[in-house]
Amino acid sequence: MTTPTAVALEDAKVAFRLGDGRVYTAVEKAHLAVAQGEFVAIVGPTGCGKSTLLNIAAGLLRPAAGSVKIFDRPLAGLNRDAGYLFQADALFPWKTALDNVSIGLEIKGTPRAEALPRAQKWLTSVGLGAFANRYPHMLSGGQRKRVALAQVLIRDPKILLMDEPFGPLDAQTRQVMGNLLLDLWNADRKAVLFVTHDLEEAIALADRVVIMSAGPSSRIIGDWRVSLPRPRDIFEVRLDKEFHALHREIWSVLKDEVMKGYAQSTQAAEAV
Amino acid sequence: MSRPTLLALQVLVAVVCIVLWQVLSTVPVFGKILLPPFFFSNPFDVFSQIVKWFASGVIWKHLGITLAESILAFVIGSLGGVLVGFWFARQPLVAAVFDPYVKMVNALPRVVLAPIFALWLGLGIWSKVALGVTLVFFIVFFNVYQGVKEVSRTVLDNGRMLGMSERQLMQHVYWPSALSWMFSSLHTSVGFAVVGAVVGEYLGSAAGLGYLIQQAEGVFDVAGVFAGMFVLSAFVILIDYGVTLVERRLLVWRPTVDGRG
Repeated sequence: MTTPTAVALEDAKVAFRLGDGRVYTAVEKAHLAVAQGEFVAIVGPTGCGKSTLLNIAAGLLRPAAGSVKIFDRPLAGLNRDAGYLFQADALFPWKTALDNVSIGLEIKGTPRAEALPRAQKWLTSVGLGAFANRYPHMLSGGQRKRVALAQVLIRDPKILLMDEPFGPLDAQTRQVMGNLLLDLWNADRKAVLFVTHDLEEAIALADRVVIMSAGPSSRIIGDWRVSLPRPRDIFEVRLDKEFHALHREIWSVLKDEVMKGYAQSTQAAEAV
Repeated sequence: MSRPTLLALQVLVAVVCIVLWQVLSTVPVFGKILLPPFFFSNPFDVFSQIVKWFASGVIWKHLGITLAESILAFVIGSLGGVLVGFWFARQPLVAAVFDPYVKMVNALPRVVLAPIFALWLGLGIWSKVALGVTLVFFIVFFNVYQGVKEVSRTVLDNGRMLGMSERQLMQHVYWPSALSWMFSSLHTSVGFAVVGAVVGEYLGSAAGLGYLIQQAEGVFDVAGVFAGMFVLSAFVILIDYGVTLVERRLLVWRPTVDGRG
């Protein structure tokens, strides 16, 4: 059985030109494939370039070398098959929750009269049916993430790219959001590339956990399959024996990188 | 502090000032009147002057003219500011080329332009409108420019990832952002529209509040000058209140300053 590859990064390299003319290599030769319907989490220490990798898959950044293929076609420009959930607040502050969700359809030319009821349905399915007329600043951080999720999903993208989407939320809200994400994902199993620094979150959500080394020139240094049964409940799965075994195994690798990343960032701070 | 108490205290300030003014300008202190009527008039005369203006109806014509000039200055200045601000923000090269000239014109005290405008556009309302436009334009221009420049990177990327074309980004991202900056300076720009109108009238005209004050001054009618000033202040407060109402309607999506909804 061959499932099509949704996202393929082939030896993708990310480099930036610094202000003083030197070239900073963020990611070195990243090789990663996400199959259709697969949920892949990328975990790595702070500053290892996992978000840049995501931006490359989105087409927001061009790789310095290597290639990006989306459904076996080289990516040119923005990735039109992907929905992107940002870490920071990305909602349009001047639109109500309902308009923020319906805009995804209206851009494609769906008449507003048709887009609004569908947006309302999506708001209801992320649990915000009663908040349609609120503006983003009137919503809590978790509620804003829900709106953002609905905004992305209403367009029915084939690929979901998520950049520490629940990073700014408190621990309980993160778990609730994680479960919501899994529920929605279960409905049609899109390919997901999920960046996080939280290993527990990664194992609880994903089919595969990919570990990156500390930057600069970070590489992918590990790839684990998570065979915990689905559908999962994030609260429950954390108590599972297999979860703990896997966590211990991955953490033994990740720990060194985290310490390295930490040491580098303190050195850099001292150098400045 | 409760609203009625606050209001009572505010009224109290006015009452104390007016009573002091009346007393000091009519009752001698140690054989000397501290506020000579020739220079300071007195509240009673000023008030009767205002009543006379309103009773005879002359004031309405002047108010109407000043209002018309202010509105025209505001509308034309804002329109120009929005268009040019947008253009400059989207075309960095144009902005860079014109930058020194924009700074030069903006640094110029606008009053010196009044005689030129009077020469070019005559003594009617248009020379006053032009003066107001030069004031309003720059406030709106700088704000719109800033608004377009400072659109959040994430919001912009989000728009792109949602599939917005350049035109749609303009409509759904740049435009609302620029407008919100413009509206946040609404009080200032409306205020400057009135300043432009009144200063223009003061320097040469045949009607308007500025003309009224200038006429009174020309014949040493201090009561008339003060009366004109009070009518003008009331006029500005009323306009400002109107702006507040508009603002509340347009900026519902913005968090209030203290962070509550």
